[in-house]
Amino acid sequence: MKIKIALSFAIPLLILLVFFLSLNSNKNYSTKNLVGNKIEIFTINGLNKNVKTSSSELSSNNYTLINFWASWCSPCRLEHKFLILLKSSSKIKILGINFKDKKNNALAFLNELGNPYYFSGSDIDGRISVKLGVYGIPESILIDKDLKIIKKFIGPINNKDYREILKIIR
Amino acid sequence: MKKIYFTILIFCTLILKSNSNEISQSEMDILKNLRCLVCQGQSIADSNSDFAQTLKLVVKDQIKDGKSDKEIYDFLISKYGEWISYKPSLKFHNIFLWFAPYFIMFFGGFVIWRYLRKR
Repeated sequence: MKIKIALSFAIPLLILLVFFLSLNSNKNYSTKNLVGNKIEIFTINGLNKNVKTSSSELSSNNYTLINFWASWCSPCRLEHKFLILLKSSSKIKILGINFKDKKNNALAFLNELGNPYYFSGSDIDGRISVKLGVYGIPESILIDKDLKIIKKFIGPINNKDYREILKIIR
Repeated sequence: MKKIYFTILIFCTLILKSNSNEISQSEMDILKNLRCLVCQGQSIADSNSDFAQTLKLVVKDQIKDGKSDKEIYDFLISKYGEWISYKPSLKFHNIFLWFAPYFIMFFGGFVIWRYLRKR
């Protein structure tokens, strides 16, 4: 009899626990596990000139913001003014990675809105984006001189993100 | 003359075969087991999104480089988290997910067995 009573409580409790755990878990893409990790080594071709840069060269900057963008991406237009503002800071350099874009469109975008990048690279097939754990455009990765990821910004950089970056690099 | 035509035909077939973007079974198995993070309930194999196309390229590259399935999954999980794989790996936090069905099956069997024995 006691077993029956215990079971009649235990089974619904178990079912509730399963529902609670499965419905309460966060299934959104998270970048938490990337923070603190070193970025993958990569080499990238320039967008405009026949030059290359590599991830190892980024260690000469105190901080680098790697910004993935494209001319076909409308949220990239929204964040661009904040990137231009960041350009004026001496403590950070912005590496622009143009993602799956046409060169002429990309250059027209920069001519129209200004060029915040100290180097503009071209990731024509998206291979570099996977190395850096990017899944959509725009995305930005803030790294320090040890090439460790400090923070990832998924989506366009807004005023709050801009202020947060300034606080980090201060 | 027929022999020449036949030889040319085989030669052309071989060239076309080597240039085709054929997906091997092992590659397809991996792509089917990867979740498209920007799609609604689609695998990388089923999706044509930018993200899926890029991941298909990367998986192909890694297979070409001789990486094992485990190395490919480990690489992608390190970049996108466990969520990218449809098949979760056995870890302490998901041990219930793996063993609950067996537990429920044996427990249910035991209850039925006891019930039948009593009758």
